[in-house]
Amino acid sequence: MEDDAPVIYGLEFQIHIVDFDDENNIISKNVLLHQVGEIWHISTSPADKGVLATCYNKPSDSKVLTCAAVWRMPKELEPGGHESPDDSTSPAHTLELLCHLDNTAHGSMACVAWEPAGDGKKVISLADSHILLWDLQESSSQAVLASSASLEGKGQLKFTSGRWSPHHTGTQVATANDTTIRGWDTRSMSQIYCIENAHGQLVRDLDFNPNKQYYLASCGDDCKVKFWDTRNVAEPVKTLEQHSHWVWNVRYNHSHDQLVLTGSSDSRVILSNMVSISSEPFGHLVDDDDLSDQEERRPEGKSQEPPQDSVIATYEEHEDSVYAVDWSSADPWLFASLSYDGRLVINRVPRALKYHILL
Amino acid sequence: PASRLWAAVGAMAAAAAGPGTGSGPGDSPEGPEAEAPERRRKAHGMLKLYYGLSEGETAGRPPGSDPLDPTDLNGAHFDPEVYLDKLRRECPLAQLMDSETDMVRQIRALDSDMQTLVYENYNKFISATDTIRKMKNDFRKMEDEMDRLATNMAVITDFSARISATLQDRHERITKLAGVHALLRKLQFLFELPSRLTKCVELGAYGQAVRYQGRARAVLQQYQHLPSFRAIQDDCQVITARLAQQLRQRFREGGSGAPEQAECVELLLALGEPAEELCDEFLAHARGRLEAELQSLEAELGPSPPAPDVLEFTDLGGSGFVGGLCQVASAYQELFAAQGPAGAEKLAAFARELGGRYFALVERRLAQEQGSGDNSLLVRALDRFHRRLRAPGALLAAAGLAEAATEIVERVARERLGHHLQGLRAAFLGCLTDVRQALAAPRLAGKEGPGLAELLANVASSILSHIKASLAAVHLFTAKEVSFSNKPYFRGEFCSQGVREGLIVGFIRSMCQTAQSFCDSPGEKGGATPPALLLLLSRLCLDYETATISYILTLTDEQFLVQDQSPVTPVSTLCAEARETARRLLTHYVKVQGLVISQMLRKSVETRDWLSTLEPRNVRAVMKRVVEDTTAIDVQVGLLYEEGVRKAQSSDSSKRTFSVYSSSRQQGRYAPSYTPSAPMDTNLLSNIQKLFSERIDVFSPVEFNKVSVLTGIIKISLKTLLECVRLRTFGRFGLQQVQVDCHFLQLYLWRFVADEELVHLLLDEVVASAALRCPDPVPMEPSVVEVICERG
Repeated sequence: MEDDAPVIYGLEFQIHIVDFDDENNIISKNVLLHQVGEIWHISTSPADKGVLATCYNKPSDSKVLTCAAVWRMPKELEPGGHESPDDSTSPAHTLELLCHLDNTAHGSMACVAWEPAGDGKKVISLADSHILLWDLQESSSQAVLASSASLEGKGQLKFTSGRWSPHHTGTQVATANDTTIRGWDTRSMSQIYCIENAHGQLVRDLDFNPNKQYYLASCGDDCKVKFWDTRNVAEPVKTLEQHSHWVWNVRYNHSHDQLVLTGSSDSRVILSNMVSISSEPFGHLVDDDDLSDQEERRPEGKSQEPPQDSVIATYEEHEDSVYAVDWSSADPWLFASLSYDGRLVINRVPRALKYHILL
Repeated sequence: PASRLWAAVGAMAAAAAGPGTGSGPGDSPEGPEAEAPERRRKAHGMLKLYYGLSEGETAGRPPGSDPLDPTDLNGAHFDPEVYLDKLRRECPLAQLMDSETDMVRQIRALDSDMQTLVYENYNKFISATDTIRKMKNDFRKMEDEMDRLATNMAVITDFSARISATLQDRHERITKLAGVHALLRKLQFLFELPSRLTKCVELGAYGQAVRYQGRARAVLQQYQHLPSFRAIQDDCQVITARLAQQLRQRFREGGSGAPEQAECVELLLALGEPAEELCDEFLAHARGRLEAELQSLEAELGPSPPAPDVLEFTDLGGSGFVGGLCQVASAYQELFAAQGPAGAEKLAAFARELGGRYFALVERRLAQEQGSGDNSLLVRALDRFHRRLRAPGALLAAAGLAEAATEIVERVARERLGHHLQGLRAAFLGCLTDVRQALAAPRLAGKEGPGLAELLANVASSILSHIKASLAAVHLFTAKEVSFSNKPYFRGEFCSQGVREGLIVGFIRSMCQTAQSFCDSPGEKGGATPPALLLLLSRLCLDYETATISYILTLTDEQFLVQDQSPVTPVSTLCAEARETARRLLTHYVKVQGLVISQMLRKSVETRDWLSTLEPRNVRAVMKRVVEDTTAIDVQVGLLYEEGVRKAQSSDSSKRTFSVYSSSRQQGRYAPSYTPSAPMDTNLLSNIQKLFSERIDVFSPVEFNKVSVLTGIIKISLKTLLECVRLRTFGRFGLQQVQVDCHFLQLYLWRFVADEELVHLLLDEVVASAALRCPDPVPMEPSVVEVICERG
């Protein structure tokens, strides 16, 4: 994808593909029409960059039902395909429907998650209290319900969010409903762990540490971000309390998992440096070993400095609640955030920190 | 007598001369009364001069006159020629005439004085002459008699010499006979010795026996080569051995008490028994007795609860064990003083061991006392204990008993401090439980909320009285009359580190921690701690910060004059901690209450089907409930916290009507943009509006006043409403319902907050968001909205 960092976000009835040219600092966008309804969730296939799934509100007479479908975007708009983006003049493109994830029996879709590093054929969707595993067949033109599981308990249980773990060869999925986080095994569709009362209030989002297989981050309405070790769910490993309102999103950086991004309805985006629980050994052990072989042994103290978690930066560009944040998949130092008023902000990790991590 | 007589005569002469010499040309005109002392002094001066005393020369003379001046009429070196010459040369005729008449007058006066003196003393002169004559006669007679005495004495001496010469040889024989007699007596004593000893032993007069034996031993030793003496010695030894055995027997029986035992030991020592062995035996016996004492103490200690109180116990221990130990020690030191350091060391070890066991018992007893609340008894007991041990402590410095006792007292004092701290904590927790019950009870009865202020006052006063009681109880340890109060620990560390830091500061800290723990309780859903309790604790901490802490610490410092220099926690640090706690509690209160209202709003938004709702006729019940709850919270907070500052614009009492007016105006502001044709305009408008308004920090820290608290709660609630609304889709009537609800909230919530603009902003935002989430946004007429709200 070269220097470009495409970001896709949804607005009512439209999908914008935003290209950010890092070299020239130019942002360009393409608009895709999504005619079936307003989009509540969007996710792209890991295998085919032209394929994406959306959850959308289907306007019906007196009911709102959220459905999910898999789409293919026109070839020329695929990220990386360099077109002449004269978007202001060119008519909006239309998405090509591949298949619906039929949820008439299960209720509103809350989110769709693709199997990470898979071949783009397995999709999990969360519909009310059901977790559904779909098999996309015949180049995604047909979705077959492979297996499903559902929550049981009193009251109306509703999934709010779910993530597919990149570890364990894609057999684990984590979901959130109300204040509880659950882990599922996709092979048996059975629950493998459950964090009751993970947050004081509703859990809004989850993310897996891309490098440490048991680590999970969660955020919620209690303004906290918590980090969990799924092997021991009695206590969070770490808790952050930097936001002053609900935290809607939490994202690990894809390659440097000490960088954690959170977006909140206090209209702030916070980039934190969670050195103490990252996969990268603090103080660069490898380097130290090399150095100590070459030089005389240095006095220990310096490299033994305990890691300090810290807030790297608080981004206050948004005027209203921030509902989505994500890292660029192309450039690990780039991230975008989107707020209620439709403002998309693209930021870079501060240069000093970047060099500190790299060197 | 002669010399004394002469002195008297001399004095008389001087007295006679005095008046004459005293009146000279420099006579002062003041008269005889004034010059009397002067004259007397002069007379004394003359006398002294006569007797060669130098001081008279300076004392008796008027200042300024040269003693060697030959012209001084009264001087010793007066030369008439020089004087006359001087007069004649210096003075005019008239003055000469004057001085002549003056002189004549003085001479005449002197003459008459002399005459009177002689008359007056004439008789005395006569009698003196008579006396001297008589004395001459008497002396002559005495001389004769003395001569006779001398001759008589010579005769006596002669006779005496003759007598002693005749008695000489007889005297020598008598002396020899006396010597033989004494020797024979001694021999008789020796021969009688065995039988005497036996008798003594039979009679039990051991002391007498030992004395005899002592007297005879050396002689027997010396003459043991003579067979007869040898036999006596052997007999004696046998008897002595029997005696020693009997003594030992008596000693071992032990029942006869320490003084008698001491006597036995003394006798045995006199018999030349080995001291070391006796030492050991003595100590072993003493040990037996003291162990019996300890055992009886232990029995008192016993597992059965009705043990005697601690004072009685220490008394028992003090009189029984410590007294016994004292006796043993002093007897030992008296008896075995000759043993030197080794013996002393033995005694010290003995005392150390038994003392250790005694201390262990005392400690066990004291440990039983830990639970009780009464300090005075304990302190008195400790005092007795400590006082009692001072005697053996002084006697046996090496055994370190006094130190160990002090240590025990210190340890107990420390434990008491810990106990009191625990007690204070328990009292605090008890208060909290009471408050919880008080908070829970009236709610069941359905009455108005309990008097929070009253509860607060109760809690504060009860804690304060507990603290004071603890201080008073602990203060007993440092009372002047208590024997250990002047130990360095009690003068310094106990006061500063123990009482001030450990007890008071520790309690305040733990109070803060306990209070803070309510903030961190896992029951974030608000179930665990009643919000009113949070509020009350917050106020309590704040009160502590403002007044109580400094009061308590001052009280402490006054009661325990801290002489220790070790650093203590300053008042300011504690106050800061208390304030921080108060702030956290209040913030938590805001969160909890905000959450309660938020949940209500959220459920109301999430569970309703907004698309197919009917045209609004009423304000939804939830909103009324919200307003009611907010009012209740307002009342609750108002009980404990001051009003606080509002923005000036809303301090007006006629505000409500104005608010209605302004809110309707604001509705007018966004109303035109609801036409479906211009959805972007709304967006733009709200964006522009936001540009000029300040960012609202939802969970911002609160200040210590009612308005700030209420503002916090309302902010949280409305922000929740906003976010929930944004997640839903509204039909036309749904939007209108939101409009109505928001207007209603606006009508009633403005008066609780510091800045009503805030409520307006948030509610506008809610309505605007709802409008955005509505496919068919047709707003309701503001007037209709108002009517519905007024009716509701």
